[in-house]
Order: sequence, then structure tokens, then C-alpha cells
Amino acid sequence: MIELKDVTKVYKSEEGDVKAVDGVTMEVGEGEICVFLGPSGCGKTTLLRMINRMIEPTRGTIRVNGQDIQQMDPYQLRRSIGYVIQQTGLFPNMTVEQNVTVVPRLLGWDRVKIKDRYNELMDMMGLNPDEYRDRYPWELSGGQQQRIGVARALAADPPVMLMDEPFAALDPVIRDHLQSELLRIQRTVRKTILFVSHQIDEAIRLGDTIAIFQSGKLMQHGTPDELLSRPANDFVSRFVGSDRHLKRLSLFRVRDLLDGTEKKSAKNVGQIDPQYAVHLDTNLREALSILLSSPTASLHVLDEDQQVVGRINWKDFEKLGAIQSSSDPESLAQ
Amino acid sequence: MELIEFVQSHWEQMLELAWEHVQLVGLSVGVAILTGVPFGIYISQRESLAKWVLAVAGMIMTIPSIALFGIMIPIFSVINQGIGFVPAFTALVLYSQLPIIRNTYVAIQSVDPNIRDAAIGMGMTPLQRLRQVEIPIALPVIMAGVRTATILTIGIAAIAAYIGAGGLGEYISRGISTSYTTMVQVGAIAVSILALLADFLLGKFQKWIAPKTPMSNKEAVR
Repeated sequence: MIELKDVTKVYKSEEGDVKAVDGVTMEVGEGEICVFLGPSGCGKTTLLRMINRMIEPTRGTIRVNGQDIQQMDPYQLRRSIGYVIQQTGLFPNMTVEQNVTVVPRLLGWDRVKIKDRYNELMDMMGLNPDEYRDRYPWELSGGQQQRIGVARALAADPPVMLMDEPFAALDPVIRDHLQSELLRIQRTVRKTILFVSHQIDEAIRLGDTIAIFQSGKLMQHGTPDELLSRPANDFVSRFVGSDRHLKRLSLFRVRDLLDGTEKKSAKNVGQIDPQYAVHLDTNLREALSILLSSPTASLHVLDEDQQVVGRINWKDFEKLGAIQSSSDPESLAQ
Repeated sequence: MELIEFVQSHWEQMLELAWEHVQLVGLSVGVAILTGVPFGIYISQRESLAKWVLAVAGMIMTIPSIALFGIMIPIFSVINQGIGFVPAFTALVLYSQLPIIRNTYVAIQSVDPNIRDAAIGMGMTPLQRLRQVEIPIALPVIMAGVRTATILTIGIAAIAAYIGAGGLGEYISRGISTSYTTMVQVGAIAVSILALLADFLLGKFQKWIAPKTPMSNKEAVR
């Protein structure tokens, strides 16, 4: 759990004081991903860097798991918080194994434990521990480097992770892949993650909650659904985009449109046109796109066993106004 | 032809002078490394100090070597070491400071800010950051400074023969005062060969210590 209270950072300059972060008060629950979203210069990175005391606040208090970080030794604090940055920041003089195990070594773990942890982390990242052990960062692709960066941040099993636009420099395909990897890993590690992003789509996909900033001020903090369905002000609604209702569809699944009374019909996938069929877990944005192309203006819905369990059409989408996002956003990312 | 005859007849003496030269340079650069590298690292952490230190070191570099040797004589006469090894050694240490301090400072300063940022974010103390990350990355550039200092010092040490410090400069100074051209030529060529050899060996060493990254190898060439 992370609590921010009236956190403010003022930079003095010749044209007067600049408030990079202005009276931010918010909470992020344990095991949640909170995305700090906003245009560049909105103070999101400054705020992030105050959590591990790389920047000291001018005013306000920050508590991590109940402890005021001002009372903690900054080096110990940073070792207990995972940190991932955009350009990976991998140490070029160290091998992959040395990079991943930096923090455990700083903490003085014994060698056997460090080695086991390295193997465990690499398995978790889907990289072969022995293949990469003695390689240097520059020998790896951007996506691999960033995975090593995430592994390094997770190494000492910190309860909190700070991620500063970790995937922004990667190409869209790799970024998409790493986003789902992160969600997959998060399901097992359950860290409290603060994630800086400037992309609304990334925020919707990853965030349990999203905090939108402008000129150092917190504009709105809420679930992706809240932000998309009820933006607090003009800035938020402009930032999330005029297609926010379409974006919101990606938070729901076909399952949410059906009322649960559907029965399995005798039909299976062989008897219908698979082009115009969706699964229960297909997100509604995708379903809508398929529906737009369907000549019958309706879609068959299939369950996990490829059995037809119902149909949806335009009318069903009207229900959306009434329902709240009930689906677990993590499972949407599959 | 005269050159070859000279070398043949003075072979042993030449080796002796060359050895003196190497000792003088080796000791000076060695001491300069021991003082210059830590000093360079220190000022890389104290930006305000760096400007002054580099300015002073730069000023020392602009003093002509013969003048610096001249300045040393009265200073070291106090302890009866006005001429010979001690003033020469001191002057050479001063000359080698600038390339070593400056390269060390620049090398540490030019470590990718993202890498420094990551090191801080991981919870390294400034000393751990220097020892585990910044110095290893900076090493090839620091080594390039040592290489420059060594070659510079080999040349200047030849002039130190004028204050009785020995070395291959003996041939040059003695040759000039006796108008013995061959002797001057042999001295000059021998000093050049020594400098080339030192450059080659240190270049090899520099490559060997460079971390295995394409980026730092490129930097090392600089």
C-alpha cells in the first residue's frame, strides 16, 4: 500500500517557482497496478521518483506499507523497491546474471540463494537461465533487455515496483507482448506497481487504477472504467480521447452481455460460420468490430469447448450503459 | 651508415640509457596514475571543484618543459636535489596529471545517465556505484588518458637530460653541445621508438581491459 499526502515538489527557477508536482493526495492498494498517465512534463515521473527518494518532496508525506519513507535510510528503501526505466539501464560491464542479481548482492544474500533466484527469475521471464547467464546486455534484443530489466527489479522480491515508461521504446508488437507478460507475472507475484505511461491504451490495459496528471496536479484517479465512462473534467475527457466509449468496450467481455441463462445448444462450431463467432472471453471492442462485418447483424457466442451458447446483436450493446465493469481487467489481457 | 656504426659501438650504453628513460617515465606515470585517477574520480562527484582543477592542470601543461625544469631547480636546491632525478620526476608527474585527471573526469561524467539512474535506483551507495558500475565502464577512457600521458612523458623526459636526469635525452643534449649530429639522430630515433612501443603495448592493454561492449570499444579508440 502506498499513501501520498499533499505531495508537492517545487523547483526554483529564475522566472519563479515551478510546481512540478502540486499537492497530490492518493492511495494505491496492495497488489494493484496504478498507472500514472499524462502528457510529458505533467510531473508523473517526478512523482514516481519521489517514492524511492531519488527526488525529495518539498512538502507532503509518502508512506509505503505504513512507513513514512522520510524516516527510512534511502539506500535500504531503494533496495526494497523494484525500479525499471525506459532505456533499461542495464549495466554494460556486467553479464546478464550479474545484472539480474545486483540487488540481492547488495543485500548480501549467500551465493546459492542468489543463483537459485536467478534461475527462478529467468524461468519466470521465459528466458533460458543458462543460455543468457554469461551474455552481455548489448548482445540481446530490446525486448529481451527490458525483460532482464524487469527480472532485475523483481530480484529481491520487493513488495513495491516503480516502472518508468518501461515499454515506451519498444516496437508495438514487442510492447504488446511484454504488457501481457507483465500481467501474467503480476498474477503470481502480486506486487504494488506504480507504472508511468503516456499512452491511454497501455494504461487501460495494465492499470487496476489510472491516475491522470496535468501540470503537476492530479486530475482524476479511478478505475479505467470510471475514467472512460465518467471523466472528471474536460482535460481528462480530451486526454482519454473522443473514442473513449469505444475504448471502454475493451474493458468488457462478451460474457458481460449475456445474462447467464444461455444454454448449450446442440450446435457446435462446425455448423456455423466461424468468421462471425466470438468467444465468451472476447473483449467487446473486438466483438463490435466483428459484428460490423457480419451480414446477419448478429454473432454466435462460443464457450471454451467451442459449443455455441448464444447470440449477440446490436441490441445487446445497449445494455452497456447500465452495467459497470465487472470483469477482472487482468483476464482481458490474455 | 654512421648511424648503424654508432648503434653497433654504443649498443650497451644505449640500452642503459633507455632503461633509465623507462624508469623515469614509468615511475612518473605510475605516481601520476595513483594521484590523478582518484583525483579525477573525486572531482567527477564535485562539479564545482572540477572546473578549477582542470583549469590549473591545463595551466601546468602550457608551461614549456624547459621552463618547468628551470623552476624546479631552485625549489629542490633547498633539499640539495636541485638537479638530477628528483626535479625531473616531479615535473613529469605534474605534466602527466592533466591527461589522466581530465580523462578520468570525462569518462566518469559521460557514463550514460540512464545507467547511473538505474544504479542509484537499485540502492547503490555512491561508492558502490563508482566501484561496481561507473569505474568499470570508464576504465577504457581512463586508460586512454594514461596512454596519452605516457607518450607525452617519454618526449618530455628526453629534455630532462638537461638537468642531469639521464635517459636517452643524454644523446640529444650531448650531441647538440658537441655538434655530433649522428648522436642527436640516434637519441631522437631511440626516443621515438620507445614512444611507439609504449603506445602499442598500452593500446593492447587498453583493448584487453575494455568491457566487451561495442560501445565502449569505440570510446576506447578516442
